[in-house]
Amino acid sequence: MHLEAIHVYKQFQTRQGSLMALKDINMHIETGEFVGAVGTSGSGKSTLLRLIAGLETPTTGKIKVDGAEVIGPGADRGVVFQNYTLYPWMTAMDNVGFGLKLQGIKPKERRVRVKEYLEVVGLSQFTNAYPKELSGGMKQRVAIARALACHPKVLLMDEPFGALDIQTKASMQEFILELWQRLGITIFMITHDVEEAVFLSQRVYVMTPRPGQIQRELSINLPLNRDHSIKRHSTFQDYKDIIVDLLSGRNVATSNSD
Amino acid sequence: MKLTIKPLHQSSGTPVQGLKPTVFWRIGEDIPPSFSSLLIVLSVVVPFLAWWVLSTSGLVHPKFLPSPPQVINALVRLWQSGVLLQDITASCFRVGTGFFLAAVVAAPLGIAMGTFASIRSLTEPIFGIVRYMPAPAFVPLLIIYLGLEEPPKIALIFIGTVFFNILMIMDAVKFVPKELIEATYTLGGRRWQVLLQVITPYVIPNIIDAFRINMAASWNLVVVAELVAATEGLGKRIELAQRFFRTDEIFACLIILGLIGFAIDLSFRVLLQVSCRWAVD
Ligand SMILES: Nc1ncnc2c1ncn2[C@@H]1O[C@H](COP(=O)(O)OP(=O)(O)O)[C@@H](O)[C@H]1O
Ligand SMILES: [Mg+2]
Repeated sequence: MHLEAIHVYKQFQTRQGSLMALKDINMHIETGEFVGAVGTSGSGKSTLLRLIAGLETPTTGKIKVDGAEVIGPGADRGVVFQNYTLYPWMTAMDNVGFGLKLQGIKPKERRVRVKEYLEVVGLSQFTNAYPKELSGGMKQRVAIARALACHPKVLLMDEPFGALDIQTKASMQEFILELWQRLGITIFMITHDVEEAVFLSQRVYVMTPRPGQIQRELSINLPLNRDHSIKRHSTFQDYKDIIVDLLSGRNVATSNSD
Repeated sequence: MKLTIKPLHQSSGTPVQGLKPTVFWRIGEDIPPSFSSLLIVLSVVVPFLAWWVLSTSGLVHPKFLPSPPQVINALVRLWQSGVLLQDITASCFRVGTGFFLAAVVAAPLGIAMGTFASIRSLTEPIFGIVRYMPAPAFVPLLIIYLGLEEPPKIALIFIGTVFFNILMIMDAVKFVPKELIEATYTLGGRRWQVLLQVITPYVIPNIIDAFRINMAASWNLVVVAELVAATEGLGKRIELAQRFFRTDEIFACLIILGLIGFAIDLSFRVLLQVSCRWAVD
């Protein structure tokens, strides 16, 4: 899979006039990568993800998946939203199987895949639970399983752990990292949490405040098998500092020069 | 050494200004179940006793205010003569048919209007105007068009409830989270699948609730219709009783109307509890 954004601009028409949310975005995601995007609130991260998902269309520029231009949403780009968007009248099982049902996959095959993905996210015991009976972390796992069950080319996540408490967030970060390695999936995740971006990503796009532009692309050269202890590592701290400086605009001069 | 923590406020005898505890005036909180049951019993018993006392006190002429035993007598009399059952059946049939037709039209139309801005623009202005025309004002027209039998009565109930049902269902659709719809698209859902498999199940509890609330209007209207022209029905019975100054029968019919309404309301609540467990509590 090769996903790319080519000179993407996004303008919104608001009552106060037109608002430039994204400016000249060029980026790419390759098979098996874990790519992150960080930016302050309002820097257009969600807009970028929604453009890739096909929920919005670029004002100018193109987004291509394997050479084909994205013209709308589809099951080849799975999305996990920040707020748990599970169907409240469906059990965990039915939620995970819903995408397959929409695509007309027969109940028998559906059951097999649902079982498989509930196992993948460690929720086999909650097959028949309703969303309101699940904790925040579990709901997000169901949402991840639901997206993955459709075998998307890329999993797009918009601050998926933003609404979770610190402990749950930490365990979900390790969970998603482990899942990424085990399944060999491709993930694009946006966050305002610098530490989260460094901890999870192989490559990070750092965005500017509005209008959102990519000010820097950073490869994170940390071991693939990470756990939270790596956060104390000096290399980890260095990456964090670089991004924090970029986001606060302090280090703009040096970052532009190299 | 002992660690002492200095209190934030030095207690000086005067109590701290704060919210005083209460049971009766709690806002948005539950009251103890036993207290709640007591209040519920009181809400029925007190008016009943007041009625009984007033009617037997001699302050009001019994022709104007019959006592509970007189009303029960009237009830038994009407029941035994068979007219009460006949009236109940007739009124229930009219309400049932009229409301059913209104529901069958309102559910799909309300969902469609809530979902598609185009259909909303196409229909909302005209419905908004017609809704403000009082349904009873249609009675003369309905009689001219449909005669004096069942059709005008059913039509009146239909007209009087269909618009409220539509608008309440349409409003419910507006509360379907946009992200839930978008999530469906990203799972490969088509628009008609979103309509039938996401929006519709999401608003079913609201539809049931809209029906429960608007049911009351159809009972108002059936009485109106029967007062105008009918041979049987609870409204007709009340009108006949008035002609013969039988206040005990009027009271009996009012109580029956109240009980039927209450039973229907309760059935809708049970239906909601049973069919949409995910949406309750
Ligand atoms: N549908 C929209 N209409 C108008 N303005 C929008 C819309 N969506 C986002 N914006 C604006 O675009 C900017 C970027 O928003 P967003 O992508 O949500 O940022 P982030 O996710 O980084 O916080 C914000 O200023 C926001 O108000
Ligand atoms: Mg956002």
